Amino acid sequence: MIIKIYNAYMIDPFTNKEGIVDIFIEDGVISKVQLKNKVKSLKTNSKSSSSIMEIEASGLYVFPGLIDMHTHLREPGYEYKETIRTGTLAAIRGGFTSVCCMANTNPVNDNPEVTYYILAKAKEEGSCDVYPIGAITKGLKGEELSEMVMLKEAGCVAFSDDGMPVMNPLIMRRALEYSKTIDAPIISHCEDLFLSENGVMNEGKLSFYLGLKGIPKASEEIMVSRDVILSKHFKAPIHIAHVSTKGSVEIIKKAKEEGVHVTAETCPHYFTLTEEAVASYNTNAKVNPPLRTEEDKEAIIEALKEDIIDVIASDHAPHHIDEKKVPFQEALNGISGVETAFALSLRLVHDGILNLRELIEKFTINPSRILKINKNGIKEGAEADLIVVDIEREWIVDKEKLVSLGKNTPFDGWRLKGKVLFAFKGKKTFDMRE
Amino acid sequence: MKDLIGIKDLSRQNIEEILNTAKAFKEVLNRDIKKVPTLRGKTAINLFFEPSTRTRTSFELAEKRLSLDVLNFSISMSSVVKGETLYDTLKTIEAYNVDYIVIRHSSSGAAKFVAENTTASVINAGDGINEHPTQALLDAFSILEVKGRIDGLKIAIVGDIIHSRVARSNLYLLSNFDTEIRFVGPPTLLPKDPPDNVKIFYDIKEGLKDVDVVMLLRIQLERQNAAFIPSLKEYFHVWGLKKDIFSYLKSDAIIMHPGPMNRGVEISTEVADSPRSIILRQVTNGIAIRMAVIYLLTPKEI
Repeated sequence: MIIKIYNAYMIDPFTNKEGIVDIFIEDGVISKVQLKNKVKSLKTNSKSSSSIMEIEASGLYVFPGLIDMHTHLREPGYEYKETIRTGTLAAIRGGFTSVCCMANTNPVNDNPEVTYYILAKAKEEGSCDVYPIGAITKGLKGEELSEMVMLKEAGCVAFSDDGMPVMNPLIMRRALEYSKTIDAPIISHCEDLFLSENGVMNEGKLSFYLGLKGIPKASEEIMVSRDVILSKHFKAPIHIAHVSTKGSVEIIKKAKEEGVHVTAETCPHYFTLTEEAVASYNTNAKVNPPLRTEEDKEAIIEALKEDIIDVIASDHAPHHIDEKKVPFQEALNGISGVETAFALSLRLVHDGILNLRELIEKFTINPSRILKINKNGIKEGAEADLIVVDIEREWIVDKEKLVSLGKNTPFDGWRLKGKVLFAFKGKKTFDMRE
Repeated sequence: MKDLIGIKDLSRQNIEEILNTAKAFKEVLNRDIKKVPTLRGKTAINLFFEPSTRTRTSFELAEKRLSLDVLNFSISMSSVVKGETLYDTLKTIEAYNVDYIVIRHSSSGAAKFVAENTTASVINAGDGINEHPTQALLDAFSILEVKGRIDGLKIAIVGDIIHSRVARSNLYLLSNFDTEIRFVGPPTLLPKDPPDNVKIFYDIKEGLKDVDVVMLLRIQLERQNAAFIPSLKEYFHVWGLKKDIFSYLKSDAIIMHPGPMNRGVEISTEVADSPRSIILRQVTNGIAIRMAVIYLLTPKEI
């Protein structure tokens, strides 16, 4: 199979190349990347046969396949919420050709057998690359370290007890120190569970008004501080997951200025929505950390602009409808976000906050560097790992049409601008023009 | 209106309509024969997922006075223990073809969830820490009876505000009138970011100065264990209403409590049993208010 993409505008932070380009892919390998001065139109439009696919892509963009460094694929154990098959296909539709799956499966990914299982499943049924994230502690209990070296050897690229934060600072210290032997980052879900108590939304005027227990911003910020301090004193990298508050941004900013090896991510819902989204007790907007206030949202946008926040991840957290069709207080946390994350983030470009290159870095080279997964970008001889995007194409989010089994999105009915038309991952070709 | 989920959803006009209707029903309750045939042939179910004697009894009596057929579905015999979801419990009840569902549940938002998933009229009898609208309505009715007005009054709500659905419903109700609302209590039990129209007082003496109405809230023993307060003894010492309040409270100020009271915690016997206390009047008025609410709600036509 030969794929010929003509006249696309390529932005590739890996090779640091940008411009109008023709790209040929032969049997899953990039055979030609030719930058050119101007668009030379094909005589015919896009066409395809069994052996050749030609895409006239003038006006379209080509980016390296996006990397989602925070995904819940739910398999093994929670296949009723999502499977590796559906989750990775959903990722492709969102433009991600690589996803990092969190360890809170059942059994927990705290031993190599589970890692092998995930990787075997991904190879067999997956549509994109899957990079497992191992548990920091056995059973996510925060007590004993998991076998990080063996997990790394099995294929884990990072370690996190996401959702079940390591509350004991001594255990976190040990994890950070130990992780230096394997050169894989610790990813911290920053939440002081004592301060969160049984909170279900951001604490403030609105939580009082709604009669819902609040999670104070301090719950996140205290742990961001703690982890930054641990990282500084014990000289190990720390990656702060899903930053949601202005205070966290300020702590990370200061730490970066001091040279602490800290990186950070946020998710589209934290720079798109505020706590107002739960005002109607909409369980699909119930997420942890909770949606915060306008002030936080603005601080996160600013932090993306200033590169205080390095990565945008989806924190794709699919749930079954039965887990959301309950009173707000009882609903599980999480947004099924992998299919909307990139389009929501493109709003930052359309609104003139980031340029396209800056945005793409947060989805590609930055997570690749943090995770040390050595992506090549778009270059001759490399495996095909790229997407073709129409950043102007409008579409309406319809939760029933999500490929993910999780229909839990607060963005149902939203009109978004920017659609992934093709994804090429090795020999796999995905045509999503519709 | 199909449901009564919270005072939040009501306008002043709605509130006044309920209060006026309750007045008529209170008159009925003073008759020799206390029952009206208004809703004969209709069915109400009291769906209580939290233990409650007072509120359930009050609703049941109100329903019976309206000639409703009444079913009680309480936690001890509920399917919750069998793992049934609230949604399924609701669908089962709906299959009985009931007209009114009175629900009490420990989750905030539960009443709204129920209302959205049934065609029956739903009345919130308390959902988590969110709202307890009939309590606020009966409180307003009682104030009106004694004071003749709500506008122009200064009202202090004292105690565990953050965990109180009674406080919230009263706040929303009183905010529809020209009132001064105060929250009084230890900082740990008051909201960190209070509503704009509320004044916060940590000092009980200052907080009760010049008020016309004191609304007490029940202090639960669990608050001591979770470090909200050092002890019930200290709470009583600092914020409990003891007879010394009579030295600085306005002479015509009234004292209210939603019950059940903890004597020696939020209120002393001398205050509870004083003529200033209208606590038993609140209980009586609860029936009239609940009759009015049920009467005014129209089940959705299928």
